[in-house]
Amino acid sequence: MKKWFVTLLVSALVLALLPVWAFAAPPAQIPEDKIEGKIYTLEPRETLSLVAAREFGNVLAFPAIVYFNNFAARKNPQLTLITDPNAVKQGDVILIPTADLVKAYLAGERIGPAKGDAPPDDPWGVVTVGPGEPVRIGFAAALSGAGVDVLGIDEKRGAELAVVDRPTLAGHPVELVVEDDLCSGEGGTAVANKFVADPTIVAVVGNMCSSSSIPASDIYERAGYTMVSPSSTAVAFTARGLRSANRVCWSDAIQGPAAAKFVYEKLGLRKVATIHDGSPYGEGLVNAFAEAFKAMGGEVVAQEAVSVGDTDMRPVLTKIGVNKPELIYFGGFVAEGAFLASQRADVGMENVIFMGADGIKAEDFIKSAGAAAEGVYASAADLATAGPGVNAFLAKYEATYGEKPPAPFHLHAYDAVNVIMDAIYHSAVQGPDGTLWIGREALNRAVRATTGYQGLSGVITCQPNGDCGTGTVAMSKVVNGQWVPAE
Amino acid sequence: MAVVSREARVSRAPAVKLSLNRIMLWVVGLGVTALVVWRIAGTAALGLYGPDVWLMQTLNGLVQGSMYALVALGYTMVYGILLMINFAHGEIFMIGAMSGYFVLNGFHQSGFLASNPVPALLITFIVGMGVPPIVGVLLERIAYRPLRRAPRLVPLICAIGASFFLQQAVRLLFGIRTKVYPTVAVLSGSWTITVGEREMRIQHMSVLIIVITIVLMVALYLLVRKTKIGKAMRAVAEDKEAAALMGIDVDQVIMVTFAIGAILAGAAGVMWGLWYKQVIHTVGFIPGIKAFTAAVLGGIGNIPGAMLGGLFLGFVEAIAPTALDISTQLKDVISFGLLVIVLIFRPSGILGEVLTGKKA
Amino acid sequence: MNLLSVVRAGIRSGLIVGVIAIFIVLIGMVQTFAKRYLTGEITLGMVILLAFGLVAGVLAARQVAKSSPRLGHKVLAAAISGLITGVMLAALLLVVSQVSLRDVLVNATPEMVAALSFGLPLSGAAVMLMGMSVATAVIAVLYGLVPPRLRRALLEGIMAVILIGLFWEAIIGLDVSRLVMNFLGVKAGKVLPLPGGIGLLGVVSLVTYLLRMRPRPETAVVRQRHRTAWRYVSLVLIAGAMAALPFAVGLFWSQTLTTIGLFTLMGLGLNIVVGMAGLLDLGYVAFYAIGAYAMALFSSPASSLGLGLPFWVALPIALVFAAISGILLGIPVLRLRGDYLAIVTLGFGEIIRVLALSDVLKPYIGGPQGIMETPPPYFFGTQLSDPRYLYYLILAACLVVVFISLRLNDSRIGRAWIAVREDEDVAQAMGINLVAAKLMAFAIGASFAGVGGAIFAARQGAIFPMDFTLFVSINVLCLIIIGGMGSIPGVITGAFFLIGLPEVLREVDEYRILAYGAGLVIMMLVRPEGLIPSARRRLELREEEAEEGVADVAR
Repeated sequence: MKKWFVTLLVSALVLALLPVWAFAAPPAQIPEDKIEGKIYTLEPRETLSLVAAREFGNVLAFPAIVYFNNFAARKNPQLTLITDPNAVKQGDVILIPTADLVKAYLAGERIGPAKGDAPPDDPWGVVTVGPGEPVRIGFAAALSGAGVDVLGIDEKRGAELAVVDRPTLAGHPVELVVEDDLCSGEGGTAVANKFVADPTIVAVVGNMCSSSSIPASDIYERAGYTMVSPSSTAVAFTARGLRSANRVCWSDAIQGPAAAKFVYEKLGLRKVATIHDGSPYGEGLVNAFAEAFKAMGGEVVAQEAVSVGDTDMRPVLTKIGVNKPELIYFGGFVAEGAFLASQRADVGMENVIFMGADGIKAEDFIKSAGAAAEGVYASAADLATAGPGVNAFLAKYEATYGEKPPAPFHLHAYDAVNVIMDAIYHSAVQGPDGTLWIGREALNRAVRATTGYQGLSGVITCQPNGDCGTGTVAMSKVVNGQWVPAE
Repeated sequence: MAVVSREARVSRAPAVKLSLNRIMLWVVGLGVTALVVWRIAGTAALGLYGPDVWLMQTLNGLVQGSMYALVALGYTMVYGILLMINFAHGEIFMIGAMSGYFVLNGFHQSGFLASNPVPALLITFIVGMGVPPIVGVLLERIAYRPLRRAPRLVPLICAIGASFFLQQAVRLLFGIRTKVYPTVAVLSGSWTITVGEREMRIQHMSVLIIVITIVLMVALYLLVRKTKIGKAMRAVAEDKEAAALMGIDVDQVIMVTFAIGAILAGAAGVMWGLWYKQVIHTVGFIPGIKAFTAAVLGGIGNIPGAMLGGLFLGFVEAIAPTALDISTQLKDVISFGLLVIVLIFRPSGILGEVLTGKKA
Repeated sequence: MNLLSVVRAGIRSGLIVGVIAIFIVLIGMVQTFAKRYLTGEITLGMVILLAFGLVAGVLAARQVAKSSPRLGHKVLAAAISGLITGVMLAALLLVVSQVSLRDVLVNATPEMVAALSFGLPLSGAAVMLMGMSVATAVIAVLYGLVPPRLRRALLEGIMAVILIGLFWEAIIGLDVSRLVMNFLGVKAGKVLPLPGGIGLLGVVSLVTYLLRMRPRPETAVVRQRHRTAWRYVSLVLIAGAMAALPFAVGLFWSQTLTTIGLFTLMGLGLNIVVGMAGLLDLGYVAFYAIGAYAMALFSSPASSLGLGLPFWVALPIALVFAAISGILLGIPVLRLRGDYLAIVTLGFGEIIRVLALSDVLKPYIGGPQGIMETPPPYFFGTQLSDPRYLYYLILAACLVVVFISLRLNDSRIGRAWIAVREDEDVAQAMGINLVAAKLMAFAIGASFAGVGGAIFAARQGAIFPMDFTLFVSINVLCLIIIGGMGSIPGVITGAFFLIGLPEVLREVDEYRILAYGAGLVIMMLVRPEGLIPSARRRLELREEEAEEGVADVAR
């Protein structure tokens, strides 16, 4: 009886306060006309982090500078458009926003959405998010299935943490709708159809594997759903002229040649052997590497392949060992990579350098390969500049899930969610009652307009074909059981 | 017991009508064999690989094969008695590897492993070989025993279900992350020997694995041949009804069989962990399939056959890509192709006929 | 029965349920489902926690009931059983809250403590867990006192609420529900509202109660006439429902239906190989893959052949490829029986997958990168890329294959297969050509899968080697056995269960395969003959049971 009474009382109070509350807290946003700050010309050897530290006492504030600067630069030709925050140079003219703006940015607010009274026209359709309703973003990755679930669950956690960090969007809660696509074409199309059938899904973070992204992308394309994949690196994913397929990782065509260049020029090696694990990722990467390496004049003395799930790598190592390569380039993931690296010594190849890519650049690789991990190289997104942000993220990750990230793509998933959320701010129209109208094509255009966004995985700048993860490829090396920059 | 009698006819003389077909198959089989020999000769003539390479690959194969063989024994013993494929046996192996990890990692973190490596390893083996039989016997009691008289496919599907269940249970309990066995200093050394002009390294651990495997196999042989329970096992494998009439507790014998198979798989699991370091909930799947292949290769239901089949399979997997000079990626094609060839010549496996012949 | 054995039964069942309960808590189900609302504020996590006590009570009462009919004994055993389960849960709670087990048990988190303790202080929560467990156990026993009809009705009502609550989002997501809701002008929340839940409980209970009310005094003739009439009516209804289905359920479920259709095709094919001819094939996915690759090779302009043939031309090619590969696999394994065959076919499936994946064949079939741009089928100028249209194509294919299967079942070759399955030697003695019969089974089975694979390739647009794993073979084998081996309706039912149900249960993604595995085991233990066994097989199983009975008596 008493409980009922209390419930009634509370409800009455809430109802009474509702109008007050609604007026007191307008949807969080930064109006377009309030972009203010001072125009500043960069001095020699001055970086954005330095500027951020000096102006706002926070290194992490530099993405806010890029964000507001790039927004203003569209209207003000005097300003320099920053496509890569790590490559600004002396004489660049930038806008340093006010401290309030930076604070708002760091709290997850963005410019927009535009005000309006009616839903915009959009050839791909408009998502209407009523007052108080959540903005629903789909997420598709393999959450079960041997060998791939680790990668998928890791991505899911990255995406979840992005929502934890930015729980609201223009006054609406953000909801991640998670689906398991098993990394197969079958699962990919099933999930795609599920999302496409649900008109409240605004956009999709995914899919994880190229093998499910590619079949799914046809369905999203037909339905006009924007997809942003955190980890589909196959060249074919964005090479088919689709309008709605985007990714925040790079394509194998970027990472492979970058690694080849590093091996040829920086390490000065001429004879390499390649191994891939039979995954579309590994195979595509190794091919891109080998082609670039040969084009530079190097020699690929052996091209081998193993299978995901193989454990005994001694036979394949013995086999390529007779060709006396100076370096083994491996396209694949942590497990097989660690087997290869650690079994080198067993066949007398401990002096052959081992190099992998972002698929092996994880804590688990060092743990699994043990002492043999020393001196292993890996190409991966440049984390040097975003360091503090990444560390905070990793601390949160460990606190939330009780373990360190077991796989490499959590950062990309985090970034994919953020790119979509920013694009929604830029493309949506908000009605007077808080209703959000999101035009699907406008959203996709906004995603593709992403420029110089400093994500955790690197700088994200979208190309016209949907390749956004063009951030710098950085080489890392294991020294004393830690991944450190190789240069 | 229609099921058993139907199975018991396996090795009856093939009918006349099939003989033409049989000749064809022999031709095909011999052709493939000739091709293989020719490729090996070609590789040898190339002279690319010295004797050290061949020796190395042989050793690799024997180590891998030892572990296959230990797991295959579990398949084959259960098959010999129940005529069922215990599809979940790979997961039993995985549970052995996992239990071993938790013990050894605990010792590693507490420093006990560094100070007393031998007792630490012994306890690891004891636990790694002690947990799987508990799971195995429970599995038999809950999932297989009620189905002993069901049509053959029913226990197979049940075993497949149990395999998924165990794998996922471990994943959900202990997490998705790869577990890495700590490095054991006493086991990580190697001997360097000179073969021809080249030096090669033989790791202590590889020898240890082979020795442990041989010890376990001898123990199993003695158990089956010389003890009372071994006799009972053989009797039950021959004829359950008759064995029951002779006063043998069939249920108990089956339980012991499951337990022994699980102990061997657990030992293989711990050795797998020590040798390959990485252990994850799916680690049992591929060795399980391979060991099953090995058991069939040797003649399923036949204990020496499983030992031989395991070693042979491991050996072929390691050496064939080099010998035939084809991509390592295709090693599964080779091992399954080998299986087909062997079965063309000997439809019940390398040593299969002995047992089924007795049964018929 | 003395008190001691009652106590013992209680302790034993309490321990069993306690261990299961601890397992379920430790795999994180309670905390995961603590936010999964069934109706109103009632969560699935709560239901699971309550279920522990209920099960403990029922189990104890059942054990006691074998030897003692006295209510007092049952209640005592149930109370003890519930207490022990509760104590074990409480102990778990205390241990997890005091000691950090997270390094080993990933779910032993503060979240777990919160889910188990409902925000109460620890000691209070522990006492409450025990009290709740005892109370529910006793309630479970006392519930047995309710008159059976009412008891059943109420149980079904509760089950209905749980099921509808669980699948609420899926149900309101159907196109037809959206239409109805739009028509009524209501907007469904994401959770079944509590009044709705209570109403549902009432309605379902009442309806089931009333339905069981009156026995039907009908004569056999009347019943027979009714049955014939009913048969036609139901056929028309089913046909109408099948035709309207994709537009009633919407895009996602249509997609799922097409997948179910593809697996039905494979299931019917494997049913011929395993169910009829008794040749255990664990590598059936190979033919599915061959059909898919043939379709992609011949119809995709981006493939190495680059022919870009239309779907309807490529389909028969795919079928022939699959059939030929079936014969090619069949020849070397003709002499193998039983499990030797199983492993060789498994190997064959893996060989095909590894070859498709390998660098050797990459120039021809794309290796890991697969084959892109397989065009969707056209039907009189209409592009069938939408799963709602594709559904009809697959439905038609299924109907054709069902028809062929039905005809084969009663044909000469069908009987020959059954003879081969039962006893090869006898079959041969009776004049059956073993080689022809076996190769025929492989070829027909393979061609069904080939058609399925071809449609799959056209539906996907791009195919990859990893679409064709061993898991597909296992799934198909499981579905024909779950459905009832040798039975055509069984195959279809099995496909709905094994392919459809996981889609419905998408939400519980982490527990999907666990549930799948547990489901297979339970299904085989409880109903080994399958959901809809064929008449022949049912007879066989009964025969065996009868035999067993005799054997038991003899013993």
